[in-house]
Amino acid sequence: MNRLNRRDALREILRERGDLIVVTGLGSPAYDLASIGNAPLDFPLWGAMGGAAMVGLGLALAQPQHRVLVLTGDGEMLMGIGSLATIAAQRPRNLRIVVLDNERFGETGQQRTHTAMGTDLEIVARGCGIENTRTIRNAAELAALRQDIHSLDDVLCAVVKISPEELPRVLPPRDGAYLTHRLREALLGTERALEG
Amino acid sequence: MTMNESNPFTDWAAQVHALFKTNRIELISFVPDGGHKRLIELCQNDSEMRTVTLTTEEEGVAFAAGAFLGGKRAALLMQSSGVGNCINMLSLPRVCNMPFLALVTMRGEWGEFNPWQVPMGSSSEKVLDACGVLVYRVESIEQVASTMDAAIQFAFSSRQRVAVLLGQKLIGAKNFARGDK
Repeated sequence: MNRLNRRDALREILRERGDLIVVTGLGSPAYDLASIGNAPLDFPLWGAMGGAAMVGLGLALAQPQHRVLVLTGDGEMLMGIGSLATIAAQRPRNLRIVVLDNERFGETGQQRTHTAMGTDLEIVARGCGIENTRTIRNAAELAALRQDIHSLDDVLCAVVKISPEELPRVLPPRDGAYLTHRLREALLGTERALEG
Repeated sequence: MTMNESNPFTDWAAQVHALFKTNRIELISFVPDGGHKRLIELCQNDSEMRTVTLTTEEEGVAFAAGAFLGGKRAALLMQSSGVGNCINMLSLPRVCNMPFLALVTMRGEWGEFNPWQVPMGSSSEKVLDACGVLVYRVESIEQVASTMDAAIQFAFSSRQRVAVLLGQKLIGAKNFARGDK
């Protein structure tokens, strides 16, 4: 079965990303994002496993004029699996969820996740009520996904099948207060970012 | 009194809803509880508010964090049995120096009929405290508005994590065996 390299895939997804906000789940997706850069509109999580998609929903509803991309792994998405139903019910038109699915818990010794044992997260997302779902296995599908991230006027969930190789870790900042202020300052301006 | 009437002296839900409005708290997420029924309805019927039904309470912690990142204020409504579900996710607002506001209706304490509610009900306060969330308890209707107002200021002006626990004396204890709804 064809599997994409996770960092090649992410470089394509984030090519000319513009003012796209990117929230990542903890672990490899955060390192992947850091391998590309370190930008004010990046919000990499270092914990809160299972919470990435809901952080994205909060951002999407608070910033309806901005597109928000949640980039997470299969293990993290499985832990927050109910949030796919919560998100479908809200139907945030500016939220995109991309699951980098290597069928492994990459941080803890490459143990197989449920997606290696029969769970299909695209079907889960569709069953939860998200209409725009897809599974990505090649460069052409990836290019179309990138287009839709910027142009689709509806919530989108894509599962990108990637190879389970372990890549050198590139660490994003892990000071949560710094990451929070940096993103708020970029979105709201300094004065509002300092308020409650 | 029917559900649509409002008595400003006894209707704590209307008081809390009014405080949400004056303090720009617009995103309300919840796992429902009977005790929150009227407040949820008031928020759902308010065109300036967005209500988000959760599958589990920790989703609401992460949701509030995202809302804050985007410049909006959120509140989480749940019953005491949901407090334990939030434990790890509460690291998010704590580490990120974000406000967090929860309104928790208590079960498993005063006159509880269901023994399965007792373990989480009796440990909610300790669990929240252990997670760095300040707890304000309310046991009478007259205290609701002033306590909520203090909690809102503490959460959003001082950027703290705070939960207001509405005691079972205030919301009433259910007893299905007795025919309560």
